[in-house]
Amino acid sequence: MKICVLVKEVPDAAVTKRIDPATGRLDRSGEKNLNPYDTHAIEAAMQLKEGGELQVDEIVAITMGPESAVRALHKAVSLGADRSVHLTDEALAGSDVAATGYALAQTLKRENPDLVLLGQQSDDGECYTIGAVVADHLQAPSLTQVIKIDVAGGALRCERQAEYGYDTVEVELPAVISVGDAINEPRYPSLKAIMGAKKKPLDTLSTADAGIDAGKVGAAGSQVECGNFKAPPAKAAGTIIEDEDTGETVEKIIAWLDERKLI
Amino acid sequence: MAGILVYALHYEGAFNKNSLGAVAEAAKLAGELGTEAHAIVVGEGIADDLAAQLGGYGAAKVFKVEAPEGLAQPVVDAMAKVMTDNGHDYALFGGGLLGFEIGAGLAARLGAGVTMEVTNVTVQDGRLVAERPILGDSAISESRYKGVGIIIGRLNAFEVPASTGASAPVETVAVELSPWSTKAKLVKRGEQRGADVDIEGADILVAGGRGLGKAEGFEQLQELADAFGGNSAVAATRAVVDAGWYPYAAQIGQTGKTVAPKLYLAAGISGAIQHKVGMQSSENIVAINKDANAPIFEFADLGIVGDLNKIVPKLIEAVKAKKGS
Amino acid sequence: MAGRNGAVAPGAYPPPVDSPNEFIKRQLDPEDERIEVGVAIVGGGTAGLATANRLLQLLADDPETLERLGEVPVAVIEKAKVCGGHNLSGAVVRPGPLQELYPEYTREQWREAGWAFGEVTKEAVYMTPTGKVALRIPTPPPFKNHGNEVISVSALARWQQQLAEEGGAYVLTETSATQLLVEDGVVRGVRTGDKGRGKDGEPLGNFEPGTDVTAQHTVLAEGCWGTLTGAAIREFDLAEGREPQVWELGVKEVWKVPKPLDRLIHTIGPWPLRISAKYGQIGGTWIYPMKNAKGEDLVSIGFVVDLEYADATTSAHDLLQQFKQHPLVRKILEGGERIAWGAKALPGGGYWSMPKLTMPGALLVGDSAGMVDTVALKGVHHCIKSGILAGEAIYAALKRGSTDLSAYEDAVEESSIGKELWQVRNTRQPFQKGFLRGGPGVNLQIATKGKLPGRKEWHRNDAKPMFIGSTAKGYPKPDGKYTFDKLSSVFITGNATRDDAPNHIRVRQNVPREVAETWRWMCPAGVYEIPEDAPEHGNVDVIVNYTNCVQCGAITAKGGRLTPPEGGDGPLYQIT
Repeated sequence: MKICVLVKEVPDAAVTKRIDPATGRLDRSGEKNLNPYDTHAIEAAMQLKEGGELQVDEIVAITMGPESAVRALHKAVSLGADRSVHLTDEALAGSDVAATGYALAQTLKRENPDLVLLGQQSDDGECYTIGAVVADHLQAPSLTQVIKIDVAGGALRCERQAEYGYDTVEVELPAVISVGDAINEPRYPSLKAIMGAKKKPLDTLSTADAGIDAGKVGAAGSQVECGNFKAPPAKAAGTIIEDEDTGETVEKIIAWLDERKLI
Repeated sequence: MAGILVYALHYEGAFNKNSLGAVAEAAKLAGELGTEAHAIVVGEGIADDLAAQLGGYGAAKVFKVEAPEGLAQPVVDAMAKVMTDNGHDYALFGGGLLGFEIGAGLAARLGAGVTMEVTNVTVQDGRLVAERPILGDSAISESRYKGVGIIIGRLNAFEVPASTGASAPVETVAVELSPWSTKAKLVKRGEQRGADVDIEGADILVAGGRGLGKAEGFEQLQELADAFGGNSAVAATRAVVDAGWYPYAAQIGQTGKTVAPKLYLAAGISGAIQHKVGMQSSENIVAINKDANAPIFEFADLGIVGDLNKIVPKLIEAVKAKKGS
Repeated sequence: MAGRNGAVAPGAYPPPVDSPNEFIKRQLDPEDERIEVGVAIVGGGTAGLATANRLLQLLADDPETLERLGEVPVAVIEKAKVCGGHNLSGAVVRPGPLQELYPEYTREQWREAGWAFGEVTKEAVYMTPTGKVALRIPTPPPFKNHGNEVISVSALARWQQQLAEEGGAYVLTETSATQLLVEDGVVRGVRTGDKGRGKDGEPLGNFEPGTDVTAQHTVLAEGCWGTLTGAAIREFDLAEGREPQVWELGVKEVWKVPKPLDRLIHTIGPWPLRISAKYGQIGGTWIYPMKNAKGEDLVSIGFVVDLEYADATTSAHDLLQQFKQHPLVRKILEGGERIAWGAKALPGGGYWSMPKLTMPGALLVGDSAGMVDTVALKGVHHCIKSGILAGEAIYAALKRGSTDLSAYEDAVEESSIGKELWQVRNTRQPFQKGFLRGGPGVNLQIATKGKLPGRKEWHRNDAKPMFIGSTAKGYPKPDGKYTFDKLSSVFITGNATRDDAPNHIRVRQNVPREVAETWRWMCPAGVYEIPEDAPEHGNVDVIVNYTNCVQCGAITAKGGRLTPPEGGDGPLYQIT
């Protein structure tokens, strides 16, 4: 079977993020890195392959992004993917979540995977959603917030965090599973793997190659218009109490909490 | 007819409070738009009078769909059908994981735009505009929709008012599920994992730092958390986790967890930025520290300069008393 | 080693480190477990990448020799997440060597590439006798910078990395080199660091051991305080007959400013430093205008202090905050926004402290070799030049089929590096007597352009007896907008070292208070703390918050040792 892992290059968590005043979008000119959650997805793929219960023939890393996104693919390959696919096209710039999911789904259709894995959220703002968009386009079952994957027959038995506790869900393949960081501890790539990464096959696709309708992607094709960035409402200055009579101080605290229905 | 459709998550006979907040919010917005807020409930054998309760929060009508519970894709099928048949312009979800999944899948199905982690929704020029924080909560971005808009709220973003007691008409809708919606089966739902307290989901966090003086200081904090009761937990800074006073699972900060509870009570914590980034979005921050210059006092809503060893024990008693009354 | 009045020298409390044995591996792994490369360059900074760039330029026209290097002709091993992540300097650079190495690029293109920020057209040097007065003095010759370029070495390294990769180099980032491979008295390469060890060094679930990387030639370009360089110096007696190395610590901020700074500024004190010989404080500042490719006005400001000082409360970071309060600086920074911070130690011994540059199988380039002119505060152009010479020496040796790199030594001596460093070889030593007593000697050396004969000695930084003085009394309380504390500064470097990483800092955990205070104040990242309940006098325990470490290297000068951390840890400088 084939596992496709969707990866994304995001601004490094260490970088102070700002809006580029020139473009009105997230300033992505700083340091970039493979989305940490995606490393968990790759590790999950590797563990399924090494686990032996599923016959995994190939792990393919796929990303949609500008030229620099190849670094994320190299990293994914050094962590165990056999080859990678880079979807890149000017027309995709400014795509919102739904457009991005559509574009990735079209790319995945070419690969016809048995399982799609991805990190449940990315460091630059998207959360828990791309997997669901992709799954709807692929017409496959999907789950997010998955923190455990076991193989049961030919299906997957997943544990995921939900509103009321942990759910156990059995999912038939092909499926789209978004994983949380609690699912595993990603391995470090060996030096040999890092150095060998550039030699593994990397296919570059344009929107045309992937059968993507350019009218449905990019800033123009997206249904959401983001903008008008403003500062969050200023927080009112806090109250400071100097404790002299502790009994009194504690009374004041209780009153304060009560006012705000915290107690 | 245009309108807002709100997903109401229910479990064991009660509605999720974030969903109730969303219904109320939708009712308010619908009023401004001159239209209606409807709710949709999806599950197995839902009683009509349970569904009707959503009228007390502002739903003008409730759609009821019989389908597997606890999974997103059947709800996507249900909401897609209802919205297509009834022409709703917007879908609104309260904070919560299922809402993200459903909202995103729905956006794909309807070719709509979706925004998540929304903290505020306004009406501008007859359209809904959703606000969400970005860049680590340092800026707010506005989302406008070219067509149908799907708005997924952040946890606790929408206030839950008291129910008016009103009842809404319930319409049962038959929905044919997509083939893939039946390919995921819920085997077990809502399993509590006892000892592992969910720091990230807690409403109240009592956090301790080096100022506690010793590991035993956490015993008091646990007592305080217990006194608050409900969904309360104890958390810790990196310094004390490093020192072995508390487990790593409770660590808040740049290299630990990020939380946004209703109340974050910090005892003996200086408030260095590495810690701040993990809790700065807390709704209410109370800090107890004997150093008046501690950075935490610059962003705490209520700061008490004093000896926590004197204050905390008295506070525990006072909270117990208040709760008992 | 107690001095007068109970003052204690950090050197009397050496850290638990066994160099060179810990950092030299004498038994190589079996062949199939090794990685063989042609040339291994340890350190992806200015000098290491210059070496890679030059070598690959020469090999591009000589496929036959290139083939002799095998599948991986050049490998650059860099411990930061990307090249430049751990690099920091002022910096105002003499353009010559950069133009020599990259002849197809104009200075305008340097700026478009994002690492150069404008040519120096106006400059001024000030003395600051007090915190309110600035006296402009005629620009002393070493400070003449007309025509030089203000750059960021961090941004430059990223550009150099790109060129190196385009040229065929494998740049292995997030990879530290923890041991030198030495077999039969010859350097055979390096061993890379393990990943996935816990706090106490125990292998965690995702433990990945390092690898022996063997090479025909090894270049040590570790920058200030190279661990392998230190081990090599001991192993091969490279410091024989040399003066000991001494260090300076620089703390830097980059600010976005409302109005452009019109001149390059250096200040030579004495304020906020003390002029008393007892305090032994020597240092100065720089303030450089930068205009980035987007047209934004930035300013680079930094405080450098010799690690020679005796007052334990000397803190380069806090001195910088104090210095910013001077009206001269307020005029420039007020209304602006701090966008970067960093710290780095630099070798200050100059000519007499430079070790022998070659050993069987390896050579030294850049700061690792101590090629910094601390009179003019310039070393970047020497890094580039040494990289050029090293690349050429290695190429020549490959062509000859030889492993003898000794020609490199002579090449450096005869180049601008040797000439410039020779000229200032005795210039800064007089400052060891203090600002007042040493000043005239320094000026004499400058005036005579180094023509006076003789060799002046250096005393080790860690041999200086420390006392608890009152420099700290002048430090401002950080307001979080104009002046900053250490922790929030570390935060903006992007330092997110994992909490359970092993401790890479070696210090004695129980030392006299004077020594502990020295570390506490000196460290710009707030790594060292003294427990609140520690006794006022006598020995105290030292808390080491090593995950704050930005790897500046200062601790090694004053009684501790910075050893190679796990690759990928530490800061992620971008514009320092």
